[in-house]
Amino acid sequence: MSVEPINILLVEDNPGDVRLTIEALREGKVHNHLSVARDGVEALAFLRQEGQFADSPRPDVILLDLNLPKKDGREVLAEVKADERLRRIPVVVLTTSKAEEDILRSYALHANCYVTKPVDLEQFITVVRSIEDFWFSIVRLPNR
Amino acid sequence: MKERSPEVRTIEILLVEDNPGDVRLTREAFKEGRIDNHLAVARDGVEALEYLQRRGKFAGATRPDMILLDLNLPRKDGREVLAEIKVDERLCGIPVVVLSTSQSEEDVRSSYDLHANCYISKPVDLDHFIDVVHSIERFWLEVAQLPKSGGA
Repeated sequence: MSVEPINILLVEDNPGDVRLTIEALREGKVHNHLSVARDGVEALAFLRQEGQFADSPRPDVILLDLNLPKKDGREVLAEVKADERLRRIPVVVLTTSKAEEDILRSYALHANCYVTKPVDLEQFITVVRSIEDFWFSIVRLPNR
Repeated sequence: MKERSPEVRTIEILLVEDNPGDVRLTREAFKEGRIDNHLAVARDGVEALEYLQRRGKFAGATRPDMILLDLNLPRKDGREVLAEIKVDERLCGIPVVVLSTSQSEEDVRSSYDLHANCYISKPVDLDHFIDVVHSIERFWLEVAQLPKSGGA
């Protein structure tokens, strides 16, 4: 196991959700570094290290909202999973959508898992911690 | 506690594992979970694919909501099973949790490249093994949304 911090890319346009996620992960057991992309175009530029993101770290895990400005999370997911250099990075879809269609489509596009964002604040933090507990402590991530 | 979940249907799990001890421990750990579930077992890779494709004696098999897959299996390797599931458009949406004693970096990478949903190293220690299975159960059945197969 590496002692390097786990690099997380959070793709989320809602400032409140960004802040809560940062807080939930800051108190986590596993040392991590969180980067934030506010829309789908920025997320792909970050992942492909384009322009201002030339020096961005390659994330160990991506937390992806589906409803995003500029480029939808569904398109981001499809592009990540079709890109040979990126497809290995686990993508956890974290969205308010409970639509069966979104769940089915995300798994068909090879999302690694789909988690519904609770509206309640405390529950939201609990869910982020559950993701952290499972994905950073139990799961073996690639390249670590 | 089960009334807290709006999900009343039984979650169907396919465990692909040839080690009888691991099968038994996994079954026990899942039985203790809060979400009602049913675990079917395939003992090798050929049986796993027959089950998933509902061929032969598995014609009446239920489509699983998730798959727990060992990598080192008789007759057909878990890596081949994973690859076949993830290129089959009727099966590729089923989450596959690789649960293997292999610590090889190459196995981890190639599993993710083949679109395994996650890779978990099977601990050798019994208590750790049970803890890990409980973690899988809690995360995938209680936190994550599984695609609804509706037994279709």
